[in-house]
Amino acid sequence: MGAAIVMESLRKQYGDLVAVDGLSLEVEQGEVFGLLGPNGAGKTTTIRMLVGLTEPDGGRAAVNGFDVIREPVKMKAGVGVVPELSNLYPELTCLDNLLYTAELYGVPRRERLARSEALLEQVGLTNRRDAGFGKLSRGMKRRLTIAAALVHRPAVLFLDEPTTGLDVFSARSLRGLVRELNAGGTTIVLTTHLIAEADELCHRIGLLVKGRLLALDSPAALKSRVAAEQRLWVELESEPPATALEQLAAVPSLSLAETAGNRLLLAATDVHAALRDVVAWSVNHGLRIRHLATQPPTLEEAFVRLTGIDADVMTVDKPQKPAGGG
Amino acid sequence: MSAIWAIVRKDLRAYYLKPPLISWAIIMPIVLVLAFYLRHPEGIGDLLPGLVAMTVLFGATSMEGIVFTFEKRIGALERLLLAPVSLRQVLMGKVLGGTLFGAATGIAMLLIGMLGFGVSGPRWEIALPVIVLSSFALSCMAMALVAGVREVFEAMTLFNYFRFPMVFLCGVFVPVAAMALPLRVVAYVLPLTYVVDGLGGAFPARSGLFSPGLDLLILGGYSAVFLLCAELVLKRSVRREG
Repeated sequence: MGAAIVMESLRKQYGDLVAVDGLSLEVEQGEVFGLLGPNGAGKTTTIRMLVGLTEPDGGRAAVNGFDVIREPVKMKAGVGVVPELSNLYPELTCLDNLLYTAELYGVPRRERLARSEALLEQVGLTNRRDAGFGKLSRGMKRRLTIAAALVHRPAVLFLDEPTTGLDVFSARSLRGLVRELNAGGTTIVLTTHLIAEADELCHRIGLLVKGRLLALDSPAALKSRVAAEQRLWVELESEPPATALEQLAAVPSLSLAETAGNRLLLAATDVHAALRDVVAWSVNHGLRIRHLATQPPTLEEAFVRLTGIDADVMTVDKPQKPAGGG
Repeated sequence: MSAIWAIVRKDLRAYYLKPPLISWAIIMPIVLVLAFYLRHPEGIGDLLPGLVAMTVLFGATSMEGIVFTFEKRIGALERLLLAPVSLRQVLMGKVLGGTLFGAATGIAMLLIGMLGFGVSGPRWEIALPVIVLSSFALSCMAMALVAGVREVFEAMTLFNYFRFPMVFLCGVFVPVAAMALPLRVVAYVLPLTYVVDGLGGAFPARSGLFSPGLDLLILGGYSAVFLLCAELVLKRSVRREG
């Protein structure tokens, strides 16, 4: 399959701040691609450049083969965008919002109603067909905004922080919708600061920090980069004495990462050797093991190791813009 | 064209055809004409072209400024910029909404003057094109002013820097020919002068400074310049805020 999106040395600067710094990558057709990074990493600016809302200061980008600067109208015809803010028209009903969007995107008149009604059903809003967009809950607004982005059947769908501010159930249903759309052949590019979301949805992930691409690979491959060191959880029946811990710390096959009472977190490069040494250590000190488990590296650990950024930074939600769209 | 009309129809439905706005569009001309009639009943015929021009000015600019800044603020304008529609088509759609509303209020004022206060009717073949083109030119002016702002109050403040001086300098109350030379020079630069002049030319008992054809030509020129300015300002504003 060919590339749905091509970026070459894409760059954007606001005053002294370099928001996107020479970004080069390709997104394949039919892929779910995630741009993962903390707030201010340049994810939204990248999307805005790709959809023609922001002019790059350097480099070039093409979506569906159309240059985003030279052929913006052709490019936009094949692209659906769900901005971070659900920004449909509060005065129009759900159905009218979709009909209006269909008309703007040149959907033939005879197809507009059928498509809009089918989309309302797909996003579970058929019973809210005649309700004003302004009267919907945040999750419903998000779903209708996605429906509006799909009304012209775009080949590429951009989702900017799709689940930010949604409750657990709405976020889950939205992730299901993303998978469903991708199964139907739509290429999806999403930005997120939620590591678990990127891990669950994306075929490939680009780690973006301060406008630069630090790593680009599948979630599994990113995790395997830090897989050289695995975690070992040990729970003892009683708290080990300090001298025993000192001896454990001196064992060459492992390192003691954390202790909390009778629970120990160990890091080991050779799991087999570490297990053997831990068991021997417990027997030598008369300590009984209640529970022992190895833990493969998570995407969060991979992110922390590859970017040097604390994962807690990623859990801080972006401040919501003051707007009615919700 | 289809996209432009889609934007116009959506704006009319969502904003301009709401009952409070329709009643404002009728009540405002009645109050204006009544106020001047009570002060000087015999002179209402002479004042009517100026009052129609003033009504078109406020009708074509106020609501358009509110609609545009409101949509910019809630992010809905961005939806238009994401659609496969050129910036010029977006602006044209927005401007035509204001044009229709401005023209409707101007025609309402004219009809109220004629039917309610006995002013003799204009030559409609001149009055109608002048009202419609004036409304378009003033809508374009409003768009050039609001394209770069984000708040409704900013838009209104900016409008008033232009609207109120125009009301006093463009022949609405005092004929331009009777003004001192420096004021006359300023008047010739302002678009409302050609709206008042063109409308004056539509009434048989009055004559304008220029022929209605020239007024229309000048208003057309203003429309093109303002639309071009609006496009440049919006492009810069999108780039800045993007």
